[in-house]
Amino acid sequence: MRVDVIMPQMGESIAEGTLTRWLKKPGDKVARDEPIFEISTDKVDAEIPSPAAGTLAEIKVQEGQTVPINTVVAQIESEAGTAVAAGKTAPAPEAAAKAAPAAAPAAGLAPSRQGGPTDGRERDMAPRPAAASVVFAGAPAAGAGEIPRAASLIGSGATVEDLRRVRSSPVVRKIAQEHNVDISRIRGTGLSGRVTKKDILEALEGDAATASAAPARSAAATPARAAAPAPVYAPGERVSVVPMSPMRKKIAEHMVMSRRTSAHVTTVFEVDMSRVMRLREENQRAFQERHGVKLTPTPFMVKAAVEALKTFPEVNASIDGDNIVYKKDIHVGIAVALDWGLIVPVVKHADDLSLSGIAKVVTDLAERARSKKLTPEEVQGGTFTITNPGIFGSLFCTPIINQPQVAILGVGAIQKRVIVVEDAIAIRPMVFLALSFDHRLIDGAVADQFMAHIKSTLVEGKFTEIV
Amino acid sequence: MRRCVHAFLGRVGYDEATDLQNGCARALKTGLGEERLLLLEHDPVITLGRNARREDVLIAEETLRAQGVAVAVTDRGGQVTYHGPGQLVGYPILDLAPDRRDVARYLRDLEEALIRTLGHFDVAASRIAGLTGVWAGGGKIASIGVHLSRWVTTHGFALNVSTDLSRFRLIVPCGLKTRDVTSMQRLLGRTVPLEDVVAALVPEFAAVFGREMIEQNAAAAAPPRRTAAQEVA
Repeated sequence: MRVDVIMPQMGESIAEGTLTRWLKKPGDKVARDEPIFEISTDKVDAEIPSPAAGTLAEIKVQEGQTVPINTVVAQIESEAGTAVAAGKTAPAPEAAAKAAPAAAPAAGLAPSRQGGPTDGRERDMAPRPAAASVVFAGAPAAGAGEIPRAASLIGSGATVEDLRRVRSSPVVRKIAQEHNVDISRIRGTGLSGRVTKKDILEALEGDAATASAAPARSAAATPARAAAPAPVYAPGERVSVVPMSPMRKKIAEHMVMSRRTSAHVTTVFEVDMSRVMRLREENQRAFQERHGVKLTPTPFMVKAAVEALKTFPEVNASIDGDNIVYKKDIHVGIAVALDWGLIVPVVKHADDLSLSGIAKVVTDLAERARSKKLTPEEVQGGTFTITNPGIFGSLFCTPIINQPQVAILGVGAIQKRVIVVEDAIAIRPMVFLALSFDHRLIDGAVADQFMAHIKSTLVEGKFTEIV
Repeated sequence: MRRCVHAFLGRVGYDEATDLQNGCARALKTGLGEERLLLLEHDPVITLGRNARREDVLIAEETLRAQGVAVAVTDRGGQVTYHGPGQLVGYPILDLAPDRRDVARYLRDLEEALIRTLGHFDVAASRIAGLTGVWAGGGKIASIGVHLSRWVTTHGFALNVSTDLSRFRLIVPCGLKTRDVTSMQRLLGRTVPLEDVVAALVPEFAAVFGREMIEQNAAAAAPPRRTAAQEVA
């Protein structure tokens, strides 16, 4: 049963209240009388307790809004009715099931029997609908239908060659299982065409790269060179010619394709990080103890971006032909630099996660990206991307959009800078945030309002439940 | 008549006082504690209320710390203010639920108790409509900022008795750029001991709020005294 939560009357002469902060978010469990939001009237800040135990089902009044007393600000799904609410807040299994079929094959790593490894490429150029990640989108069609899975090969009159190919060392099978990869679809270089550990790792690397894209600024300048005929070097010239790794090739293709597809514009904001750094400083010990991961500025950035994406749906969108595709889910890709390239694992349903949830997911994804343990689904389906060249000292970048998305946020280094505040000189930790956006869909005003929203979240430190 | 235990705790660090207030409020909410009026003065600290803007702190935190001024973010209402030696800070931990579920009335009552207290020292103080606090001689002499949780109050008021007013130049007090800050010392041309102000305030507070005030042995409620070294720091 749903119970209304109302703006309480805080006094006889008081007709309205300003909701300053939600202490709970939709889907959170609340106990009766547990504070769920704060209001502010003149010089008084008050915590308002929940009228019932249950789950916060819906927030109807956002932070900063002023509403008359007795306005319904939220609804609690009371204990008796939690089953309904729980169903609503757990969309993951269905999405995962849908994503699974697309996960196994990838055009680049599995030369199909009929076609070459280029099958998917033409499709890649076209903007893809909805959440499908661009390079992967073409992949399942490249031959998935024709090639039976390994499991069905055995015991179904398969050839000796087929059986050999499926055979492989326990290590390889384990890796294949972890990454949900069909070994029969990897070209083996071992004995009798067996798939070796090197084969599968290389395949996975290329696989992962297909779904990645990030700022690689140097790549921005390469379209012309990519199109031009390769220079010819004579033996004896003082160069060393090395073939590109599969991942490198995929990154190069993806970057150039993005430049050709979107009308890139980059806008840069400077943000005072004093509050965020202070929140981090105050909470990092308790946070580490409770969650086992470090509290970095990254989850604050992700959270701030998610809040802005909720407000500006056109930034969480794609272009599909003449249509605009607004995505109902917010899946935030986080660019991770690797020694051998880069990859963009995706924080799925980032809008359902608390700050600590985001921190945990990001840490886990980054660690597994570096140990090559990401599954293909984990690098697919992003609706917006954040890249952080600041960790290397970059002040700001002009990142390339991760297709088929329409915007990417680049975070520069957080540095103490001397700034002027109310005509006085002050030292503040500052950061440049750069948003590259697709001007086909997003107007400059929208992009800048989006950035102003992020800025205000960070400057004012509007984060709840940090630990 | 309801009892309210009061104590003058002397100089207390801001974080210690916050813990003390929260402890008292928690005890009151769970029925284990009594209503209290905590009176004290703080080490120099700039506090940011819920509606504070960081820009209203005009000097970098590093510089402030070097000058011995801490910065604290709090859950009281209001904006930025300064607390320090010579300022009488009052934190009433009261349960408003039984007889006055009205935040505006609570603010006016706090102002009333302070205005009457100032009357004991021949300081003519008054309210300005729309600007919560107590005003005298064209300046703000007392600031108010309150936090409520289930109608139990924390935070409260800060009355400038002999506060070093130059410290307010570090901030835009309460976000009011054009208003001056004043103190009893500035208006009277003499220093009034905080203890004298406490002695005048307690009965006025009792009258306005309808409480029987019981003095608690300050030592029992006070946190451990700070060492001389901490005082200097």
